[in-house]
Amino acid sequence: MKNKWLTYPYLVWMLIFIFIPLLLVLFFSLTVRTPEGLAFSFENFQRFFEPIYLRVLLRSVYLALISTIICLVLGYPMAMILAGNNFKRKNVMVFLFVVPMWMNFLLRTYAWMTLLERQGLLNTFLSFLGLPPLNLLYTQEAVVLGMVYNFLPFMVLPIYSVLSKIDRQLIEAAADLGADQVTIFRRVIFPLSLPGVMSGITMVFMPAVTTFVISRLLGGGQFTLIGNLIEQQFLFVGDWHFGSAISMVMMVIILLSIGVLSRYDKEHEGGGLW
Amino acid sequence: MAQNIIHLVNVSKNYNGTEALRNINLYIRKNEFLTLLGPSGCGKTTTLRIIGGFEAPDGGEVLFNGVNITSVPPYKRRVNTVFQKYALFPHLNVFENIAFGLKIKKMDKKLIAEKVHNILGLVNLSGFEQREIDSLSGGQQQRVAIARALVNEPEVLLLDEPLGALDLKLRQEMQIELKNMQQRLGITFVYVTHDQEEALSMSDTIVVMKEGSIQQIGSPIDIYNEPKNSFVADFIGESNIVSGIMLRDYLVKFAETTFECVDHGFKENEPVDVVIRPEDIQVVPAAESKLQGEVSAVTFKGVHYEMIVQNNSTRWKIQSTAMAPVGAKVGLQILPEAIHIMKKVTVK
Ligand SMILES: Nc1ncnc2c1ncn2[C@@H]1O[C@H](COP(=O)(O)OP(=O)(O)OP(=O)(O)O)[C@@H](O)[C@H]1O
Ligand SMILES: [Mg+2]
Repeated sequence: MKNKWLTYPYLVWMLIFIFIPLLLVLFFSLTVRTPEGLAFSFENFQRFFEPIYLRVLLRSVYLALISTIICLVLGYPMAMILAGNNFKRKNVMVFLFVVPMWMNFLLRTYAWMTLLERQGLLNTFLSFLGLPPLNLLYTQEAVVLGMVYNFLPFMVLPIYSVLSKIDRQLIEAAADLGADQVTIFRRVIFPLSLPGVMSGITMVFMPAVTTFVISRLLGGGQFTLIGNLIEQQFLFVGDWHFGSAISMVMMVIILLSIGVLSRYDKEHEGGGLW
Repeated sequence: MAQNIIHLVNVSKNYNGTEALRNINLYIRKNEFLTLLGPSGCGKTTTLRIIGGFEAPDGGEVLFNGVNITSVPPYKRRVNTVFQKYALFPHLNVFENIAFGLKIKKMDKKLIAEKVHNILGLVNLSGFEQREIDSLSGGQQQRVAIARALVNEPEVLLLDEPLGALDLKLRQEMQIELKNMQQRLGITFVYVTHDQEEALSMSDTIVVMKEGSIQQIGSPIDIYNEPKNSFVADFIGESNIVSGIMLRDYLVKFAETTFECVDHGFKENEPVDVVIRPEDIQVVPAAESKLQGEVSAVTFKGVHYEMIVQNNSTRWKIQSTAMAPVGAKVGLQILPEAIHIMKKVTVK
């Protein structure tokens, strides 16, 4: 704890860019504009618990959950393949995986629009085969697709990095004790990869539950998510107070989910510690 | 003849062109304590891994109770391994680590608890069931690793330098404990070490290896007293190794002196290696011996003194309870039985 002053710039930075904005959001969320000026009130929060807004909240959580589950189901095997033994192809695979992440997020999502459109690439292909065109864009599925596409690497990479650090001797030891491939996976590899799975879930769920770009572009504004709601309040309606209240609710949800995940993680890692 | 539980037939193994094992032929008898001994990189671990099934030989066969198991995967072999680096499961506690193999066999829960309890007693870790692995010391982890393998009651237990990471005192204690366990449980042990003292004190049979091939197989006493070549002699215990000429049967010349010996069957005037153990040379007054020299160094080693005696052409290492001071002229007496004659090793 020497050189404590080294942390001061960081503390100042945190104060200016994190703490003060948070306080402002909190302040806005707890006040309303009245003819006499600003007044303290819980009105904004009460308003959020009206059915239309609750439905938005539920939809956000629901879509984010679905996307997280799909990411996990797709991402885990991918991570296993990446962490496997094909040394030559491995680097290429990881590279191919990371490359799309270098591209602008908006651009990537726009690319999907051109693919899914009524006159888009996929429908052109379908009509070429003599099939009727499908309504792909501006559906719930398109939103989920966009989330999975954009956030999948955040699931794969943490799992990959945990998997590739597992000591090969542990796998040999399990085989030595009579475990076949399936048992080795169930009893050794999967439990040891849980920290990676947990951080993967967090890293996908969080951006998925707060996104507003994906739902606007691929959902066409029909599937308002909580992120869209906040965006609207700030940019179009101009009700910063309600917008701040929604943001606060959002933050609580995220904190809760991280809390639940990390507790589960700890129970698994240090169970029975005394 | 005791039954052979494992038989390696002409086993060889290459790693990208380097020969790790060449034509290994080896019987392992039931219930014996067999040690693979040799310098680093001689192929001990590779041999063990081939028996355990973690490595497939490039040539040859592995027989288990007479059945060819060369292509049987490790989890189907009735062999358990204590790994060099323990390889305990970090996400499981001591109980779960040891119970791992039994749970896979779908053994009754009560029976598992009982077996784990008993084996923990055997390795002196009673009451450690709920401890996490990373809360254990190296020696304790070592014993958990041994317990985890032993609890499955394998027919053969493979141990790869299991005591390598322990300090001297703990190592000596564990050597005695391991040997006791092996005798009490009647399990065949295949033990890897590069510590010759450990090998001599624990084994029924020692296999001395060098650069992927077997140099000698025999009991500790055979190997110590009748090393087959100068490599084995040098590796097992300390030795004086000098060049000599076999004048005729029972007569050898080295250090410009002619000695009677008990070896025969060499060609006349054949160049040979002569091996003499340091404790087999007696220091006598200079006049009483045909081989003389001057003491150039004396070290006290606890039970005995170690002296270096410089003769015209050779340095002799001598271990004796009697001491001659540095600079003293002494005579060296060597009995015919103490002189071991070996064919010259051409490749070195
Ligand atoms: N996986 C591998 N790939 C390439 N070469 C290997 C591999 N494993 C072992 N070797 C080589 O095979 C030879 C024998 O190795 P081995 O591990 O059996 O030696 P060892 O007798 O166990 O040595 P140590 O006492 O150092 O453990 C060495 O030359 C080693 O470099
Ligand atoms: Mg080794």
